[in-house]
Amino acid sequence: MRTKAHKRKVLKYVCLKIAALCGLAISLAALVSVIVFVLMRGLPYVNAQLLFGDYGKSPSIKPAFAGTMYLIVISIAIAAPVGIGSAIFLTEYTNSKSRLIKIIRVATETLAGIPSIVYGIFGYLVFVAALGLKYSLIGGGITLAVMILPVIVRSTEESLLAVPKSLREGSYALGSSKVRTIFSVVLPCAASGIVTSLILAVGRVISESAVLILTIGMVVNKMPENFASPGTSLALDVYYFGSHGYPEQAAATGAVLLVLVMSINALATVLGKIFGKGELVNG
Amino acid sequence: MDNKFNMTVKNCDLYYGDFHALKNVSMDIDEHEVTALIGPSGCGKSTFIRIFNRMNDLVEGCRVTGDIRIGGRNIFDKSTDVPLLRKNVGMVFQKPNPFPMSVYDNIAFAPRTFGMGGIKKRRELDAVVERSLKQAGLWDEVKDRLRKNAMGLSGGQQQRLCIARALAAEPKILLMDEPTSALDPISTGIIEDLINELKVNYTIVIVTHNMQQATRISDKTAFFLLGEVVEYGSTEEVFTKPQNKKTENYITGRFG
Repeated sequence: MRTKAHKRKVLKYVCLKIAALCGLAISLAALVSVIVFVLMRGLPYVNAQLLFGDYGKSPSIKPAFAGTMYLIVISIAIAAPVGIGSAIFLTEYTNSKSRLIKIIRVATETLAGIPSIVYGIFGYLVFVAALGLKYSLIGGGITLAVMILPVIVRSTEESLLAVPKSLREGSYALGSSKVRTIFSVVLPCAASGIVTSLILAVGRVISESAVLILTIGMVVNKMPENFASPGTSLALDVYYFGSHGYPEQAAATGAVLLVLVMSINALATVLGKIFGKGELVNG
Repeated sequence: MDNKFNMTVKNCDLYYGDFHALKNVSMDIDEHEVTALIGPSGCGKSTFIRIFNRMNDLVEGCRVTGDIRIGGRNIFDKSTDVPLLRKNVGMVFQKPNPFPMSVYDNIAFAPRTFGMGGIKKRRELDAVVERSLKQAGLWDEVKDRLRKNAMGLSGGQQQRLCIARALAAEPKILLMDEPTSALDPISTGIIEDLINELKVNYTIVIVTHNMQQATRISDKTAFFLLGEVVEYGSTEEVFTKPQNKKTENYITGRFG
């Protein structure tokens, strides 16, 4: 009897292990094949004209680089302070059991799950049309800020909640005010998590396209002059080139975009590790 | 506050929501004495010392009644400057809780809160840091690594760092909540010696689960049970001829 039960256990273990390995193999294969395919199709067409040339006979993504930079600056400049501030308010200044906080939590989670095209139409109706920003980088940037806000709030909140209570107590016991405790103890401890979440938010801004189709005008052939100019972004260029008879450039831009997003994610991991050193490990 | 820092507690009751954690506690604690609080877990010792620096304010649903005075002043008065109170009444916690910053910044934390922030005060601050670390017997071990992260110190060193950090605020009273329970015997011995030195200048209230520790370091001992003070007197008397049967049972290890 015992050996039979034992055999079944071993069999079960082996089966589970094989199933897990298969799952891992499939997901890895999917990831690797996407990366390899995009790079193989795209990289041969990446050249100086595409990257840095002026937009003339042959397309260039220089305006898209500029536009993407504008969008990152605008959206992070708005979403980071508002998002981090809200997270501080939610974790440090409110009773976590109160009904209001629960409602706000549900609301942020719902916001995070809204399809980006819906943010796009919202941005178009509110910022582009009603507030008169016209098709512009600032209109798109603000819409992107609204889109990444819930993500920043959630992850900042989690980083703040991960700071041990004992550190807050230690600070208060030394006569610190709440503000000093938050700025001198809690925020530095949570810095790695917050920085990581901001970088991942930058990644989302770079890869977003649906919002921008409806808000920034998709002007692919002109360098934006300022925040109020219409413009384009890398992700939009992929769409534009692909649908306007430049499949090679679309593939090349896709490869550039992919490399950029992968480096941003790698940067987030590395920074998280550097900042995280020696933190929160007690004893 | 005036210059005296004796603590008097009269008819203190404390509630966490519906839970009656301290029941009609009265106790006078004199200056420059070490008072040990003993008793089984959950009897209210830690809750009791957290009254003196009003750390219980941070606990939701906590309510304190009674007359609690330090140096004759009611610390639950509306006019009490709570940060100043906490500066005067330092606290060391059960688990060492250094901030994840340099040794120097840890010690300089409270002085900077109370106006020693600028570059001009740099020398003054250096002096405070050195003096506090010397008082805590840690200077020789860390003087070459003041700029290193405090998380790299050993557990015993971290706890002495926390003591030095509390001392840097120049308190008059030091509350210690089982400061050695997470430490090895050698570190514990060092901290007990330290307490004996510190009592010349400070009034110390220490919560401990270690009976021997109470006899080694304290002048007075209070025995807590289920939120009440069962017995309070000189350590020698409490341990040699306890008045109450419950105290005797506890210190002889028959329960708790």
